[in-house]
Amino acid sequence: MSLMRITSPHAHSGQSTTKVMATVAAATIPGVLALVVYFGPGVLFNIALCIATAWLTEAAVMRLRNRPVGFYLKDNSALLTAVLLGIALPPYCPWWVPVIGSLSAILLAKQLYGGMGYNPFNPAMVGYVVLLISFPVEMTRWVGASELIQGTPDLGETFALIFGNMNVDGFTRATPLEIVRHNESTILAQLYEMEPTFSKGSVAGLGWEMANFGFLLGGLFLLFRRLITWHAPVAMLVTLSALSIVFYDGGSSLSEGSPMLHLFSGATMLGAFFIITDPVSGCTSNKGRLIFGAGVGILVFVIRAWGAYPDAVAFAVLLMNFAAPFIDNYTLPRTYGHKAARKATDLEEQ
Amino acid sequence: MATPDYSEISHNGLWKNNPALVQLLGLCPLLAVTGSVVNAIGLGLATTAVLACSNLAVSLVRHQMPETVRLPASVMIIATFVTCAELLMKAFTYELYLVLGIFIPLIVTNCAILGRADAFASKNPVLPSLVDGLMMGLGFSAVLIVIGAVREIIGQGTLFSDMDLLLGPMAANWTLPILGQDYSGFLVAVLPPGAFLVTGLLIAAKNAIDANIERRQKANTRIVSGSKRVRTTGKIS
Repeated sequence: MSLMRITSPHAHSGQSTTKVMATVAAATIPGVLALVVYFGPGVLFNIALCIATAWLTEAAVMRLRNRPVGFYLKDNSALLTAVLLGIALPPYCPWWVPVIGSLSAILLAKQLYGGMGYNPFNPAMVGYVVLLISFPVEMTRWVGASELIQGTPDLGETFALIFGNMNVDGFTRATPLEIVRHNESTILAQLYEMEPTFSKGSVAGLGWEMANFGFLLGGLFLLFRRLITWHAPVAMLVTLSALSIVFYDGGSSLSEGSPMLHLFSGATMLGAFFIITDPVSGCTSNKGRLIFGAGVGILVFVIRAWGAYPDAVAFAVLLMNFAAPFIDNYTLPRTYGHKAARKATDLEEQ
Repeated sequence: MATPDYSEISHNGLWKNNPALVQLLGLCPLLAVTGSVVNAIGLGLATTAVLACSNLAVSLVRHQMPETVRLPASVMIIATFVTCAELLMKAFTYELYLVLGIFIPLIVTNCAILGRADAFASKNPVLPSLVDGLMMGLGFSAVLIVIGAVREIIGQGTLFSDMDLLLGPMAANWTLPILGQDYSGFLVAVLPPGAFLVTGLLIAAKNAIDANIERRQKANTRIVSGSKRVRTTGKIS
């Protein structure tokens, strides 16, 4: 976060970290609703477990660091991290998956670097990646949309799946991105007719397109409230569409998927509006945000198309987090009265 | 030269100036092969042996070594002992040698060894150099073993698995399933990021212990009443 010197008059916007974080968390509601409607209430259990763990961890670390616990819990930053992580996890995963993820996010990615505002990496994505590389089996079992599997798990089954030993395999289906990724012999038009995920949905897989649409709505709300700027999301979505148009290949069997599939499946919209707009781990200047978003867009497509994982938002965001200070260094805006923009590393007297 | 203080040398090697936790030297093998206790012990033994022998040899020839070729000569001596260690491991613990692979020959590039040869052995008599090499090696091995144990427990839920690679058939069923038989494993601990995380946490733990000791010592120093002579120049030790 940058400190800016601004001349008077100083007017307070009425914003506070607490309110901003709560609003961003609330903006995920449309997307979460879509997830609940299509994939059942599993995502709510994930979010609840993540929030509980995040609060406990945050409170414990604050006690250890001799900081006021209530003050830091009230800023809602741990809550937002937990909500985003909970949304990203596969519904109905065993309880220890969200607990370990949330613990890694708050402890490793946030507090070890100094807490709120000091984390070089997006905590929710660190938690997600720790889980993805540690528990590849649990993390890649997504339940199918309820229409495809004759009803999502009922309450008893939900508890057995999350807290018991029940295996989720009976409810899982391949995600749209996985289907297209593993397809090598069918042209896309035929694949869309064959696979119920696509034939019952409209453009990007039943359930997935509505969830992404929900996060898009939430993102537009955040833009409207001016809590985020348009630069990073637009840059990411434009590069992702451009690359998928180039490699669409007319929908042949070797196609990497249509632009609509890439925009409305996987974690695209969640990443574009809720993850890469993080003011701490992302870029600060507007030009920097454009480059940051474009970088994420390119990496997401490259990993989806030729990498080892079906979705890539978390990896792309972490890789660009590495680059954010470097980008910021070269994209400082020109100060009024100066001929050229300075670099952040220039010394004060130069 | 004053009589060498062996307890000081030992304290330096094992704790205060620990090659892995304080000097942060030789991190490549430390991070790469500490996935289990047996790997850590294997590499720790080899490194300790090389460190002690090379310190001894460098100290023996320290008066004959011209200043201009000091470093190349030290590296040659270290390389000799690394080759010995490699051949010995090939002869007696071949399976472990295969597991550790390139990291045994790579001991020669371990800066902790060259660092001790240059910083200590080339300036000190034979016996203190040998003790220094041994203690530095033990300090390094201890850290290796702790990291190996933590990563093995978290990553696979076991302790002392595959010890037969090092100790022969008698250790074949030493494996302790600490976290139960159906622990599915927390892969990140076995993968390279786990090595960084565990090492970082160990360094933090050491710093916390040191800070605690210092605080306690400060609390225990009695304030002597009465006036004292105050020095305003020079360093008061």
